[in-house]
Amino acid sequence: MALVELENVFKIYQVGDEEIRALDDVSLKIESGEFISIIGPSGSGKSTLMHLLGCLDTPTSGKITLDGIEIQNASSMELAAIRNRKIGFVFQSFNLLPKLNVAQNVEVPMIYAGVSAKERRERTMEALKKVDLENRAKHRPMQLSGGQQQRVAIARALINQPRIIFADEPTGNLDTHTGENILNLFRELSQQGSTIVLVTHNPEIAAVTPRRIEIRDGKISFTEDDRLAGTSLNK
Amino acid sequence: MILWNSIQVGFKQIWSHKFRSLLTMLGITLGVASLVAMAAIVNGMENGMKEGLIATGGLDKVVVNDQSVPVWQEHLAQMAPGKTMQDVYALKNNATLLKRISPEIRASVRYVSRGDNRSRPSEVSGVTEDALFINQHEIAYGRWFTQMDSETAAPVCVIGSQIRDELFGDPNVIGEEIIPLGETIRLGEQLFTIVGMFQHYESEMARTERLARNAALAKQPKVTRAFTNAVSQNSQNRTWGRPRGKGGGWAFDRKNSTIYIPLKTALIRFRMAENSLKIDDIDIQVKNYEEFEAALQQARNILMITHNGIEDFTFSTQETQSETIEQSIKNTRMSGTLIAIIALIVGGIGVMNIMLASISERIREIGLRKAMGATDAAVFIQIIIESVVLSTLGGLMGVAFSYGLVYIIQNVSTSNAPVIKPDALIFSMIFATIIGLIAGLYPALRAAKLDPIQALRFE
Repeated sequence: MALVELENVFKIYQVGDEEIRALDDVSLKIESGEFISIIGPSGSGKSTLMHLLGCLDTPTSGKITLDGIEIQNASSMELAAIRNRKIGFVFQSFNLLPKLNVAQNVEVPMIYAGVSAKERRERTMEALKKVDLENRAKHRPMQLSGGQQQRVAIARALINQPRIIFADEPTGNLDTHTGENILNLFRELSQQGSTIVLVTHNPEIAAVTPRRIEIRDGKISFTEDDRLAGTSLNK
Repeated sequence: MILWNSIQVGFKQIWSHKFRSLLTMLGITLGVASLVAMAAIVNGMENGMKEGLIATGGLDKVVVNDQSVPVWQEHLAQMAPGKTMQDVYALKNNATLLKRISPEIRASVRYVSRGDNRSRPSEVSGVTEDALFINQHEIAYGRWFTQMDSETAAPVCVIGSQIRDELFGDPNVIGEEIIPLGETIRLGEQLFTIVGMFQHYESEMARTERLARNAALAKQPKVTRAFTNAVSQNSQNRTWGRPRGKGGGWAFDRKNSTIYIPLKTALIRFRMAENSLKIDDIDIQVKNYEEFEAALQQARNILMITHNGIEDFTFSTQETQSETIEQSIKNTRMSGTLIAIIALIVGGIGVMNIMLASISERIREIGLRKAMGATDAAVFIQIIIESVVLSTLGGLMGVAFSYGLVYIIQNVSTSNAPVIKPDALIFSMIFATIIGLIAGLYPALRAAKLDPIQALRFE
């Protein structure tokens, strides 16, 4: 069974008399261990798709299954628990808490998971080692470069050993060189077995992933899979 | 786990906005301080009044007071006789249920003096021996008036210890106790001989304080005495006859600056010019407290005869006095508490305001925390705890502040020493915490209800 499964998902916003179909009958499967990107211009519905996949929102209709759990009817408390245990987020603007140091930032998801202080410390150092920042644990986010900040955010996303990681334009605020480093880090994580969904508007960045999905006007317009060499499945 | 973390986050949040938090806490601080200080002042008042009540006589003491004649006797008002010796004789001969009848004539003497030293007595009264018992005086040195003194209207007096302190010297200042028996002092312009001195009256607290100080002084080498007449009017460390009006013992101060002279002496030496034999005060004491009501009725009947049926007198008992005291204490406490609580509520509004500002600054943070798995409840608790931490810290500052306030009041005011009681502290701290809880409710609810997607997008 696929890790994530969307069946005929609609997300419809009512703005005045007008009906806006942010997602229009989307069906999608993501297997465990996949490295996949979702591309599309702004307003295409890719953010909405990511919010639904990331359990930040529920669909108007349709069925979403994540790791065997149906989430379309889950309460906000259940969604919070799923986000905490099964999902990691990486954002374009890093979203680190400026008042906390690097280690404390990485610890935050574990606090909501109810992990003991001792275990938190150990796991934090482990995660920071993974992103090569163990000697910056006591620094404030503002004292780090953009690339370093994004690596802290990745360590934070990894800390509860989630089933899937969503990265929303993770290189958008970085220069090309640093951006490449971050993408390499994702590639490494993918090779270690993490499931990663990269959301971007930039086809060049999307090119690092074996599978790419393009969204336009709320529909999946294009799927490309390098693993099926030479073939492209146009819908 | 989350609770402890929320408290830490709360402190961090307060610390990172030091000035803003301080200003916010100040509202709660002032509220708590005024609540505690108010309670302390009222406690001081209460103590003073109760001590005073006890020092001026027991519950079986009744004062016969003047009263304007009742409405239906207004046409007889001219004939109202007032209190005279006739009343005293009539009560003495007929009121079988009374133990003591003490007539008093007040001499209008404002200052007593000896050489250059002056003292201001609380009263200079002509009395009989019954006054000693009713007002619970104890002669420590010398003697009471003899029958000879009374019959001949002799210029003799018995003084309180504070009069001695001010005219002859305070033992704590000059290091030696003077017993001024046989000395002559001036009451107004007239010379009187001191034949006796009362014991020094003081509250339990003052006594232990004084003994401790004396014990400490005894260890130091003795200071050589300068003059017999060395009187320090402004000395700070006087405890015998404590500085007037300080330390909660005004009733004792009053008692210590009493001067008694024989009744007839007062009449002849201070009242002859007035051509009036009226008595200022009649204090009576019942034989048996169980027959209190009956004894009063008997006294009333006798006085109605001597007053030709005109009811120009009334009885005021210590009981009515103590009720009056309790009522006035209650009123003071109520109005004080009300004002302090209003101050606290205003402080609470300040807390709510700052919490709202704080969450609108942290919308992104709240969205992020929710994305990372914080439930609505966790966000709610975090904001509530921040608010409670803010107001509780403010409350603690208020408690510290109230001690300072009470210290200042003690040194500035002339009334009774305020007393801080633990129940006032506990009550005000609990109240401050509840205010913080209520003030945090609405901001916390707003934060908990934030949509994570909207919050993350917020710039």
